[in-house]
Amino acid sequence: MAQMAPAGTKWWSGGKSPFNVEYGKLMMWYFLMSDAFTFGAFLISYGSIRFATNGWPDPNEVFKAFPFIHGVNLPLVFVSLMTFILIASSVTMVLAVAAGHNNDQKGVTKYMILTIIGGLMFLGCQAWEWTHLHGEGAWWGRNPFVNADGTVATTNFTNFFFTITGFHGFHVFSGVIINIIMLIKNLRGDFAKRGHYLMIEKAGLYWHFVDLVWVFVFTCFYLL
Amino acid sequence: MENIKTIDTGHHEPHFDTKPIWRTFWILLGITLFELLLATIHIKTDGKFPPKLALNGMYLILTCAKAFYIIAEFMHLRHEIKNMIMTVAIPATLFIWFIIAFLWDGNSYRELRNRYDRHHFEQQQVKAPPTEEHEPAAKKPGAAE
Repeated sequence: MAQMAPAGTKWWSGGKSPFNVEYGKLMMWYFLMSDAFTFGAFLISYGSIRFATNGWPDPNEVFKAFPFIHGVNLPLVFVSLMTFILIASSVTMVLAVAAGHNNDQKGVTKYMILTIIGGLMFLGCQAWEWTHLHGEGAWWGRNPFVNADGTVATTNFTNFFFTITGFHGFHVFSGVIINIIMLIKNLRGDFAKRGHYLMIEKAGLYWHFVDLVWVFVFTCFYLL
Repeated sequence: MENIKTIDTGHHEPHFDTKPIWRTFWILLGITLFELLLATIHIKTDGKFPPKLALNGMYLILTCAKAFYIIAEFMHLRHEIKNMIMTVAIPATLFIWFIIAFLWDGNSYRELRNRYDRHHFEQQQVKAPPTEEHEPAAKKPGAAE
């Protein structure tokens, strides 16, 4: 448990964590570091291929549709909505952690439910977007979009898009599963019995990481 | 544990103040909307303002700002002790090399290939056929959504 320690504490003299965090939480951080390098490798290989290619499709031309509104030209609006949903679910996750700090079991339940709903909404948006792009003829190995300068594009654009957003979407999916497990454990009173809600914090770290990765995916695929 | 004096703010009081959470939320939302605004201006001026390179630079700075706020506030890293911050921050600096090296390499590959593989370069200049089904103007209203 992270406790406030007076200044001048000798962190490396033994007998306590020099990082002042609980073991599982530190390991969650290290897992997230390794996951960050996995995502980093994906995104940097995308960047490397993009720098190695003469033309590339214009994201404003590719991502301009919005559900239930046909024939409109709304570049980036839908994906900004997805970003908003994920940020909002990150906020409810921090509020769940804060409620856990106050040993407020009901508060944790409420905010975990909201976080799960946010995650499911994001997954729904992504499912719609994939379906829409698939309907336009885009898939792994198939790219119907032309380059910004009108030349024929390679399939690298769609390959990277579906691989990386798919990998991120899988993280969101597993995050939702983890959050559901935490919600069930909380409803069973496991954390109240234990006297602390550190598990909520660890699930929260994972959930924020998913949001963090989305910030980079959003920039790399939709803005640049 | 026994040689650390536990100050009571550690556990029972709201260690996580909810005010900075909401402030962070508004900052993140504001940055995202600002990015959207920049993109809209760029499209409306036919890509003349802001120029693409400056625009990308701004996007990268804003992305790093968002990443900072998520890690520092949501993941609470800013409020951990320095040892903890460094054990995450120092390995993350590898990304600086990682990004520069691989983008540079990709760019060099493209330039060398354009220079020495003229056939490839000429093929890359061929425009897509104008009957392309997914040209912006030919968007079918009933296309699968």
